[in-house]
Amino acid sequence: MANVDVIGLTAERAAAMLRAGECSSEELAGAYLERIETFDPALHAYLHVDPEHTLAAARAQDQGGNVGLAGVPIAYKDLLSTKGVPTTAGSKILEGFIPLEDADVVARGNAAGLVSLGKTNLDEFAMGSSTEHSAYGPTRNPWDQTRVPGGSSGGSAAVVAAGLAPWSLGTDTGGSIRQPAAFCGLVGLMPTYGTVSRFGVVAFACSLEQVGPMTLTVRDCALLQQVIAGGSERDATCVGLREPIVLPEPGRLDGVRFGVPWAELEDGVDPGIRERFDASLKLATELGAELVDVELPYARHGLAAYYVIAPAEASANLSRFDGVRYGLRVDGPDLRSMYEATRSAGFGPEVKRRIMIGTYALSAGYHDAYYVQAQRVRTLIRRDFDAAFLGVDAILLPTAPTTAFPMGARMDDPLAMYANDIFTLPVNLAGIPALSIPNGLVEGLPSGLQIIGAAHTENTLLRFGAAFEQAIGFDPVPPALRGGAA
Amino acid sequence: MSAPWQKDGYEAVIGLEIHVQLATNSKMFCSCANQFGDEPNTNVCMVCLAHPGAMPVANAEAIRQATRVGVALGCRIPETSEFSRKQYFYPDSPKAYQISQYDQPMCAEGLFRVPGEGGFDVRLTRAHLEEDAAKMIHAGGEGGRISGSAGSIVDFNRVGTPLLEIVSEPDIRSPEDARRFLTLLRATVVAIGASDCDMEKGSLRADANVSIRPIGSTEYGTKTELKNMNSFRFLERGIEAELERQLEVVLGGGTIEQETLHFDPVAGTLSSLRSKEQAHDYRYFPEPDLLPVHQTEAGLVELGSDLPELPAARFDRLVAAGLTEPTALALAVDADLASYLDAVATATGDLKTSANWTMGEFSAHLNGAGLSADQSPVTPERLAALIALVVDGTINQTAAKEVFGVLVKDSQAVASGVVADRNLAQVGGDDALGEIIDAVLAAHPEEVEAFKGGREQVIGFLVGQCMKQSGGRADAKALQGLLRARLSS
Amino acid sequence: MSAERIELGPDEVRHVATLARLGLDDAEVERLAGELETILGHVATISALPIADVPPTAHSLDVAGALREDAAKPGVTREQALANAPDPSVDGFRVPPIGS
Repeated sequence: MANVDVIGLTAERAAAMLRAGECSSEELAGAYLERIETFDPALHAYLHVDPEHTLAAARAQDQGGNVGLAGVPIAYKDLLSTKGVPTTAGSKILEGFIPLEDADVVARGNAAGLVSLGKTNLDEFAMGSSTEHSAYGPTRNPWDQTRVPGGSSGGSAAVVAAGLAPWSLGTDTGGSIRQPAAFCGLVGLMPTYGTVSRFGVVAFACSLEQVGPMTLTVRDCALLQQVIAGGSERDATCVGLREPIVLPEPGRLDGVRFGVPWAELEDGVDPGIRERFDASLKLATELGAELVDVELPYARHGLAAYYVIAPAEASANLSRFDGVRYGLRVDGPDLRSMYEATRSAGFGPEVKRRIMIGTYALSAGYHDAYYVQAQRVRTLIRRDFDAAFLGVDAILLPTAPTTAFPMGARMDDPLAMYANDIFTLPVNLAGIPALSIPNGLVEGLPSGLQIIGAAHTENTLLRFGAAFEQAIGFDPVPPALRGGAA
Repeated sequence: MSAPWQKDGYEAVIGLEIHVQLATNSKMFCSCANQFGDEPNTNVCMVCLAHPGAMPVANAEAIRQATRVGVALGCRIPETSEFSRKQYFYPDSPKAYQISQYDQPMCAEGLFRVPGEGGFDVRLTRAHLEEDAAKMIHAGGEGGRISGSAGSIVDFNRVGTPLLEIVSEPDIRSPEDARRFLTLLRATVVAIGASDCDMEKGSLRADANVSIRPIGSTEYGTKTELKNMNSFRFLERGIEAELERQLEVVLGGGTIEQETLHFDPVAGTLSSLRSKEQAHDYRYFPEPDLLPVHQTEAGLVELGSDLPELPAARFDRLVAAGLTEPTALALAVDADLASYLDAVATATGDLKTSANWTMGEFSAHLNGAGLSADQSPVTPERLAALIALVVDGTINQTAAKEVFGVLVKDSQAVASGVVADRNLAQVGGDDALGEIIDAVLAAHPEEVEAFKGGREQVIGFLVGQCMKQSGGRADAKALQGLLRARLSS
Repeated sequence: MSAERIELGPDEVRHVATLARLGLDDAEVERLAGELETILGHVATISALPIADVPPTAHSLDVAGALREDAAKPGVTREQALANAPDPSVDGFRVPPIGS
């Protein structure tokens, strides 16, 4: 059996190899499975791997004759329903739950011939920025295993960074694709709201989240987005794409106008991040772009608005976990005690916090001051972006204000954890797309550059991302992996 | 209105909350069939079971029917409406929230007219779409009552069925008016085909909000809610019982507690329902998984022009055409019978006679045979032919009834043919009748004397004898006239 | 990050927990009260913003809702429906008595 070298292997290259007959899907999957067996016990990026199932699927693709992307392996965040395969959402309350159907995005992946390597770890119900809130234990950052991979899609990020999958799908509600992508040196896309179906995605905050790719390159990101994006009959909020996703070619940025919200960068950003960000701005001008100051005055209220709206929606979305139809049940003498005991045992502390905040914000007497007011702030943030995009093609910001922090560093301070997302969550509130690409290292740890666009400008963002990517020349393989060790 | 309920200086203040199950093919937010009577948990899917990742998609036909009902009930239809989440924990609500409509309902305020003398208007507050709850079968308890049960079993077949909740203002002033209002509202919804409104099957449910106040007051007293009355009669009786109860409390110096009550029609008593939660905080917010519904001016105009004749309008039309109010009302609420009558009346040109026959013999036949008007072998054309023979004097009423019976049994029979075959043609004409009268008067001199002596009612007996003599075929009207003339001469 | 001073007594915390059907012991009530006070203190800063005339955004998309054609389709079998149930009966989902 040919031993395929999958370290740094892009999905695009893997597909070409399969089409050229350089290897089989079974061999490719086998290579990843071997690495998973060796390295995942330490990283704990996967929650569920079924080698027999994966190899059987790979063999089936081989039989079908690998065309297009058929036979390329993929990992799915364990928030995406997979038919017949356990889906936990990183929670005890769904331990052992077997979905009846695939999520739409998984069905699309299957239709494209992608072979699932398994389900990846996440913060419980996608609530978190470090994957430390998983009920099944944290995931470690392949760049530095004493540090977090980011969250909530930390597992999806770690598997790609560690060569345990060529690419993966994550979900992004307030930054949960982009921030782990930044922490792990990957490309991550938060698509325009409504372009990717949420059917079958365990819901955290319906009006804020999308499924998106986490990849080694910008072209892989576009390739995977081509697979998953599009309208769905089962998601009434998924209106689909306005134009097909185009694979970007790298080039210059002549005539491009980038907006930079300087006021938002004044505090809270690590010096190393700021340095890398400034370097990318310099690069942009060297590539022919112009930098324009933009103002997003309400963006600084985004965190407060987000931490009202997201928990409010989540508090309702998580009420279905009541021990009646599926999942954990802790018995009680009557209905109410069963509900309370089940939910108390099944949810972790961060989830409970958010349910409490959300319930409070929607409750009688507070509904207007919190929930409705937050939705007003949301309107204003959207208006800020709309106004800014009248004069610029995209807005640049660091993805996260810091690099990956040490495990445990922010667990005692929820607000410090939430602060990870100050640059990402205004994007979700506005429903617009944003691409995070690796922007070099800060003391050996990856940092991310975020390129934010108006709704339905993914192709533009991908083109800009490809230009930066080529100019930056980042190697997404952690040095430790190059040597063949961990 | 009918006589308002007023006792001891107090008057009744009644409003109704009506739930109509819309007659769509599929459920409100998923594609499971909208049907009744399946084996438990066999008409379900990931969406109505509220599995993680499930998402609702609104049923276009339910929205269309809800809009049609709103238009038919006289409601204003806002341009935009929104779905909302109404949150509460109960096993019959799998998401622990019901998708409903809170501050932007499908239908806004309206005015519903109960026509006729003693007619009245009821303002409608709103009508909104929502999904029905699941059914709980309470193991160990009897008759589905919650108390005393040893746990329950949940059947999710019904969950997600489209419901239209129609809310009236407390404009109703008597239990009878409540029944009349509901009857006409039901007939309106049925007439446009939005629902079969069957109270026994649960596709029409009515709750009543009841309070009393001093006559002439404009303030509202504390109201109680009567739930789950599953017939019009029980609704009326339940409201009556509650009004009496409240009056007794108030006259006794007590105060009315806000509570939810159940009326037991067998015992005639009211009992407090175990409340689900003391003060519900439903924490409504807009449903993020469903986008707003937009209506267009053009769309609404088309919907409105497409509606059939509504009961109130039909009532007015029939009364204007000379029918009595009770007849007009009976026809107003029965669309099938009304359109049958229209066809008969068009053919005969005589609405009154056609109405008499339709409401009389024909309705009796339908009831006896368990048929609807369009299922009867007596088509409008066949009945019209029979009526023509009565109107032109060919046969009398008695003979006509006999002919009708034949038309029912033999779908090939033609009225004129039956008359000929059975020699049912009326005996008419002064000569023929005169002969019969002579014979009868000769045979009954005492009655003749009695009539001439002032006992006019004896004429009935004599008419009867003449009819017998004629084998039932005499023209009764002409007979009466001639007989009277003979007796008076 | 600016913050307001929010105070949450244990009764209020318990009330919210009841609405959410979360069973909390005394220690948790106390811990959550503190955490919520901190978090709410931050998010409450938006309450003071003078933006009452700004329309709230409920949906990111400026389109009307996609509707579903009214055609019945088969769902899942009863076996499938009960497959994940914690306490299935022969034909349904068992739940404890409603209680008081």
